[in-house]
Amino acid sequence: MATVSLEAVGGAHGYLRAQTRWRRSEIAFWLATLLPFLLFPAYLQLASQIAITALFAVSLDLILGYAGIVSLGHAAFFGLGAYTAGLFSKFGWGEPLSGLILASALAGVVGYAASFVIAHFRHLALIMITLGMGLLLQEAANSASELTGGVDGLQGVRMRPLFELFPFDLWGRTAYTYSLAALFLTFLVARRLTHSPFGLSLRGIRENAVRMPALGAPSRTRVRQVYTIAAAMAGMAGALLAQTTLTVSLEVLSFQRSADVLVILILGGAGRLYGGVLGAIIYMVARDQFSGINPQYWYFWIGLLLIAVVLFLPNGILAGLDRAAARFRRRSP
Amino acid sequence: MLTTRIALTLAAMLFGVSPALAQPTVKIGLIMPYSGQFADTAAQMDNAIKLYLKQNGDTVAGKKIEIIRKDTGGVAPDVAKRLAQELIVRDQVDILAGFVLTPNALAAADVSAESKKFMVVMNAATAIITTKSPYMVRTSATVPQLTETFGTWARKNGIKQVYTMVSDYGPGHDAEQGFQRGFKDAGGEVVGSVRFPVANPDFSAFVQRARDVNPAAIFIFVPGGVQPAAIGKALAERGIDAKTTKVLGMGELTEDEARKSMGDASIGIITVYHYDHNHDSVANREFVKAFNEANAGRNPNIYSVGGYDGMRLIYEALKKTGGKTEGDALVAAAKGMKWESPRGPIAIDPETRDVVQTVYIRRVEKVGGQLVNVEFDRIENVKDPFKSRMAR
Repeated sequence: MATVSLEAVGGAHGYLRAQTRWRRSEIAFWLATLLPFLLFPAYLQLASQIAITALFAVSLDLILGYAGIVSLGHAAFFGLGAYTAGLFSKFGWGEPLSGLILASALAGVVGYAASFVIAHFRHLALIMITLGMGLLLQEAANSASELTGGVDGLQGVRMRPLFELFPFDLWGRTAYTYSLAALFLTFLVARRLTHSPFGLSLRGIRENAVRMPALGAPSRTRVRQVYTIAAAMAGMAGALLAQTTLTVSLEVLSFQRSADVLVILILGGAGRLYGGVLGAIIYMVARDQFSGINPQYWYFWIGLLLIAVVLFLPNGILAGLDRAAARFRRRSP
Repeated sequence: MLTTRIALTLAAMLFGVSPALAQPTVKIGLIMPYSGQFADTAAQMDNAIKLYLKQNGDTVAGKKIEIIRKDTGGVAPDVAKRLAQELIVRDQVDILAGFVLTPNALAAADVSAESKKFMVVMNAATAIITTKSPYMVRTSATVPQLTETFGTWARKNGIKQVYTMVSDYGPGHDAEQGFQRGFKDAGGEVVGSVRFPVANPDFSAFVQRARDVNPAAIFIFVPGGVQPAAIGKALAERGIDAKTTKVLGMGELTEDEARKSMGDASIGIITVYHYDHNHDSVANREFVKAFNEANAGRNPNIYSVGGYDGMRLIYEALKKTGGKTEGDALVAAAKGMKWESPRGPIAIDPETRDVVQTVYIRRVEKVGGQLVNVEFDRIENVKDPFKSRMAR
C-alpha cells in the first residue's frame, strides 16, 4: 500500500469513498468470470471448484491478509460447513440455499466460540493452536463414523434442484452458476468490510495490535468479529463443495486443505481480496493442466511455479501486476 | 438442447475434439491416485493395465482402445467426481475405470449412474460400492468377502477364542466387524478387541494387553506400509509365538515388504487374501513372468491383478457387444462372465455385479531360505456375504 496523504484525497471520508469505488478492471474481471459459460463449457465443473476455492481463500485473506491472524487450520470451518450441508441433505432437507445458509451460520457460531481463544494469541502460537484445532476436528469426524461415514465419506447426500428449477447437471452449469453467485455476493460483503473503517482497523491490528486500542479500536473484539465472519465464509465454501459434488469426506477437514489455501493466498497475494481469487484460478488451472499432462509427476511443476512466484513476485502475483501497471502508467502519462 | 449443441460445437472447435471421430475408438478414463501416498498402489495397477494392453494389442472388436489417465492425488472424492464428469463431458470417454480408494469410487459412481456409463472398480473394496451404480462391476475383492470367510474358517479349524486388533479407521472397522461376524456365527467367542490409531509407531502396549487375555488366536488388521513390521516386532518382543498363539491377519500383514522387514518373526502368521504372486497355476506363472520382465523384476500384487482382470473384463465385454459401448450393453455382457485369472477362477455375479472368487488361507513359511506366503487352504466360489445378506 502506498502512503497517501489525507488532504490529497479529500479527507478520511473521501479516502474511504475513493477506495470503495468500482474500478474498470474489477468490472472487467467479474464480467470475465462469465466467459467459461461460452468459451469453456466442458470446464464448468472445474470453474465451480475454482470459485469455491476462491471463496475459501478470500475468507482466509480476511483474517490472515487483513488482520494478520496466521491460520494453519482454516479447513476446520470449511469442513464444518461441508459436513453440515451434507448431513442436512442426508436427513431429508435437500434444498440447497437454506442448507448453505445454515451451514455457513453454524461454522460462524463455532468460529465465534473459537475466536475467544484466537484473540488472545499472535503469530507462532496461533499456528499451533489453529493446527491443533483442525486436527482435533478431523479426528472427531473420524471417530464419529456413524454420523460422518468416517474414511469412506458421507453417503446419501442428495440435492434438490436450485430454486426447484435447475438440477445440478453433469456439465456443471448449475454448479458454476451457484458457486459463482455465492462467491460474488460474499465478495461484495468482504469488499465492503475491508474498505470500511472496520477494515482499516484490522490492518492496524495486523501492523501493531497493542497500539490499536489506544486509537480507539479494541483489538480483541475486532479480531473476534473478523474471525467469526471468516469462519462463516469458509463454512459457506465447504457447504458449496458438498452441495455441488454431493460428496463429503474427511479430506475436507485435512491439514492439506488448510495448507493448500494458504499457498493459494500467498501465490495470489495476501492482504488484497483479489489475491485469493487470482491465486485460486492460477493454482487450480495449473494443477488441472499439469496433472492432465503428467498424472504422476505434476507436483514438480507446481513446485516450480511456486518457487518462481516467490522468487520473482515476493508479495504474490497481484502485487507483481500492480507494480507492472504502476511502471506502465509512469512511462505513459 | 440447442445451447448444448452450440456448447459442444464450441468445445469441439476449441479443443479439436469432435464428437464423431472418423476412426472408431473406445475411450477408457482411468481415475487413480497417481501422486501422493497411494501413488505406488496406482503404479502397480497401472503397470498391469499397460501389460494387458501390450499382450493383447490396443484394438478390440474393430475399435482402438484409448486410455486417459487422471490423478486424484489421494483420497479426494470431490476431485474424483469432477474428473469423472470431465472425462465424460470433455473427453467423451465410454468407460470409467481404475478406482483404488473407496471414497473416490463412491463419488464417481454417481456420475456413472447418471451418465449410464460402464464403470470398472479395480481395487476399492468396501462392500456397498457396487450398489451405487447399476453400470458398475468390480474385479478386486470386498472386505467382508475376505474377513467373514476367514472368521468362519478360523472357527471351523479349531480356534475357539479370538482377540481382535485393528487400526481405528473405516477399513479397520470393516475388517473387525467382518471377522467377528464370521467367527461368532460359526460359534466362536471374541474374548476382547482393541483399536489403535492408524499411524501407530509402537504396538507393545496393545500387544501386551492381548497377551494378558491369553487368547488362542489374535486377529490383526493394519494397512500396508510400515505398520506390519512395527506390529510384528511387538509380537516378537512380547513373546507371542505364532507357533503357540495363532496370529491371524489380512494379507496386508505379510505382503512382500512387510515380510522382509519382519524377518523370521513373520513365520507362522496365517493370513487371508485373494491373490499372491506365489500362487501356483499356469496362468499366474505366465502373468508373473511377463510382469517381472516389464517392470524390472518387481512382483505383481493384488492391485496389479485387479487392474489386469479389469482390463480383461473390458476387452471381453467389448468383444461380446461387438464394440458397442453403451453402459447397458457392456454391463449386460459383463454379468455372469467367467474366466481363469492369475489368482484362479473368477466370475462376475450377475445379481450384484461383484466379483466371485477363491479365497486363500496362507501361512508364512521359509521355503529355500525365502519367507513366502504358502497357500494351504482355500474356499472356492466366495460371493460378497454383505450383499447376499441384503438380498435375503
